[in-house]
Amino acid sequence: MEWLMSTISGLFLFVGCFFIVTGAWGIVRMPDIYTRIHAASVIDTGGVIFIIVGLLIHSLFVAQTPMATIKLVLLMFFINFSAPTASHAIAKMALKTGVIPQSKAGGSAIDPSLKLFNDNAEVKKHSGGES
Amino acid sequence: MMLMASIVALLVAMVLILARAFLGVTIYDRLLAANSFGTLIILLITVYGFFTGRPDFLDIAIVYALINYIGTIALLKFFESDRPVNEAYEEDDF
Repeated sequence: MEWLMSTISGLFLFVGCFFIVTGAWGIVRMPDIYTRIHAASVIDTGGVIFIIVGLLIHSLFVAQTPMATIKLVLLMFFINFSAPTASHAIAKMALKTGVIPQSKAGGSAIDPSLKLFNDNAEVKKHSGGES
Repeated sequence: MMLMASIVALLVAMVLILARAFLGVTIYDRLLAANSFGTLIILLITVYGFFTGRPDFLDIAIVYALINYIGTIALLKFFESDRPVNEAYEEDDF
């Protein structure tokens, strides 16, 4: 029984590690702050949920520490509420201070008829170290 | 054994995110990297607690989650006054 639960917990941890490394690689490789937020959200949802569920199974059936289980549930709930809020706040502030989302052609990805920016606000180049 | 592999994967991801925090062009890239780094530190504390068989560090992880969120919001408010806001944005009250 214990080896079965240990294996299931290991599977959840593996999937969580996959999401986390994928998200970190996306944060390095993505060209724009808004797409980088998308990659960071993979860590905040997929990685955190899978790793904490794996640890939940571990703590319930292998380590048998019920108090730690309660704390893990609390931690997962709090991260799942706070991380999307922080991502939303970062994106909103970036848009407000004039970081323009770029389309693939190089111009602004936002419809100009929305009049979200000034006419003389130039499209800033902010594509990481790689060109 | 899988806990050990998780620790290694978390450390690799933290190195990658740290690279973005150093390279980051705008201030928001660095802020996003700091936020994700905090999330990974929370996970590292949790996994390490179970790896050593003493999950008492979970309290520290919960407190770190709270401070991580508050810190991100506080830094955003700090940089809000630092940069000029677009006039068109204010007029239209989008």
